Amino acid sequence: MRVVLAEDLHLLREGLVALLRAHGFEVVAAVESGPELLAALVGERPDVAVVDVRLPPTFTDEGLQAALAARRQAPGLPVLVLSQHVEQLYARELLADGSGGVGYLLKDRVFNGEQFVDAVRRVAAGGTAMDPEVIARLLASNARNEPLGRLTPREREVLELMAEGRSNAAIGQRLFLSDSAVGKHTASIFTKLGLAPSDDDNRRVLAVLAFLNSK
Amino acid sequence: MTSARPTFTALARSAALAGLALLGLAAGLVMLAAVLLTFLVGLVPVFPSAVRLARAVTRLQRGLTARWSGIPVDEPYRPAPPPPVPQSDGWYRDGRTLYKRPTIPAFNQRWNWMTKDPATWRDLAYLLAAPLTNGLVVAAPLLATAYGVAWAAGGTPVMGAVWILLAVIGVRWYAPWAVRLHGQVAAVLLGPTEKARLARRVSRLDAARTEAVDSQAAELRRIERDLHDGAQARLVAIGMTIGAAEQLLENDPQAARALLGKAREASATALQEIRRLVRGIHPPVLAERGLGDAVRALALDSPLRTHVTVDLPERATAPLESAAYFAVSELLANAARHGDATEAWVDVSTQGPALRVTVTDDGHGGADPEQGTGLRGIERRLGAFDGVLAVNSPVGGPTTAVIELPRAFGVRPAPMTPWRYFGRLCWGLWPIALFPQGLVAMVLKLVGSPVKSWFLGLYVPGPFQWPVIVGMMLLGGGLLAVALATTVRTREAEGGACG
Repeated sequence: MRVVLAEDLHLLREGLVALLRAHGFEVVAAVESGPELLAALVGERPDVAVVDVRLPPTFTDEGLQAALAARRQAPGLPVLVLSQHVEQLYARELLADGSGGVGYLLKDRVFNGEQFVDAVRRVAAGGTAMDPEVIARLLASNARNEPLGRLTPREREVLELMAEGRSNAAIGQRLFLSDSAVGKHTASIFTKLGLAPSDDDNRRVLAVLAFLNSK
Repeated sequence: MTSARPTFTALARSAALAGLALLGLAAGLVMLAAVLLTFLVGLVPVFPSAVRLARAVTRLQRGLTARWSGIPVDEPYRPAPPPPVPQSDGWYRDGRTLYKRPTIPAFNQRWNWMTKDPATWRDLAYLLAAPLTNGLVVAAPLLATAYGVAWAAGGTPVMGAVWILLAVIGVRWYAPWAVRLHGQVAAVLLGPTEKARLARRVSRLDAARTEAVDSQAAELRRIERDLHDGAQARLVAIGMTIGAAEQLLENDPQAARALLGKAREASATALQEIRRLVRGIHPPVLAERGLGDAVRALALDSPLRTHVTVDLPERATAPLESAAYFAVSELLANAARHGDATEAWVDVSTQGPALRVTVTDDGHGGADPEQGTGLRGIERRLGAFDGVLAVNSPVGGPTTAVIELPRAFGVRPAPMTPWRYFGRLCWGLWPIALFPQGLVAMVLKLVGSPVKSWFLGLYVPGPFQWPVIVGMMLLGGGLLAVALATTVRTREAEGGACG
């Protein structure tokens, strides 16, 4: 699987390259600035891009802008965005086109190599990977949302994991539930939130995120 | 005839202002008498009452100027002294003297406050001079009419009719202009001088600087403590854990692995703490996107349904953006916490060079800046930038808070206008018209002197002599008024560096 990587800190960049290579990815470009990134994304058309939000030359949201611009040129180009902090605003912008294949994680998540690589694979496959912190803040700002209050604590846990972009199987593993139990919970969640049920994992996640974003 | 109404209004106002000038003259004479009594005879007690009378008249004048000419005039007086406070033994100290009762120290304070304030003497000068300057300007139509009546009564009805007609026809254009001009002149003479304005501004800046320095020191102390107790301590622990793992690596790889896992968790926690700290110092989204998107991010994080409108031409300076951001953050948090609100509206826009943010919520209101430490904190933070917070929160809601930060965006320099040259011309010409051609010619005419010199009024045929002389005085007063008004306008156009 071909990856383009953008990260301006040398140490972290090398670490990520090593981690990805160790898991069988082919790192076709490892760049350190916004303009280089856009050129690499458009030129290489990788299977997935791992991008730091803050990049030279402006050290603002250069990386995010480049990723969004590349996705405008190549809709659905899978992009996993890394950042020292997460903002609902950025998550919303990444999800705005509704075509999936986006991830938004705190940089700390690379500490756990397995989970990080799993997130990269999920994004490359057109799924989503939202940081638990983003989901926590989404839920906190939806605290007064009527339908959410009707969920049971277990359903809430399932909702959180689902919003992060995990499949039924992954949720079951995490919460020690059988697949059918998870399926029952998700069906109940969709009914309570008034969303149309869907068998497609990715579409289901996008529907949940759209619901949470519609505050 | 609706079109005649403005004329009548202006005429009525002119008459009122002329009457006020006469009333002011009386007050000025009273004050002059009081000053003479005070300083020549030593009749000190009459002085404060006379000053109070003068201030009452000028205050009325300022109020009318604001209402009729639309020019707000600030009071130029220094703040009144606080009432004397007794010492612990119950006596009142005034310099090196002790008093049993506060009457005399209070009087001394008031005396100093009044006599040492230049505004007191400017009031006196204004009251005595007003009937001849802007008083004369507004009184002109009435004087022309009176002059016509005098001619008619004196047996020359044609002359009388000409003057009255002139007054009636001219008044339509003249009266509103005269009221406006009167206001501009009054604003210059009765408003605070540049010096007083600067003095007031310096004391305000001084207070703001002290607060800014204090709060900055407190902030740095808080950051130091947070780093010391949080991230720093955790890094020490991480280092120790890794060291222990290193030692165990050979003999007990299993335990070493567990320790390394712990170290990783601790580093994640340290990162989390630093992230929270950074958010409190300067939110990353503010640095990356500016105020507009930072406020949008706040709105997304708020449990309230928050609607944001942003209309900014460019980014303001970083410290200013930060002050505005934290103010909005605090206001939204207040609305959610205390106000029981469900919905909020944030509007970020410019007001000339000022940045204005309005936060409205549908909570139950009753917020009071005097009580809430949060609101006080916002005011303090804004104060360092001359910014202000206005909160309107009636019990039952809704609450509206307006933040205004002046000079957030670059000030465009005012272009040099022809007005300024015109103003200088007026400054040069007014004494010639008022004194030699007006007052001196009047004296010569009154004493019946045969000398005519270069006084125009004495060369024209008999019936026109008085009108020309009075006209010259009016012209002089008018030129002075225009000169003053132009100066004010130019100064305002240059940005009014002092507010």
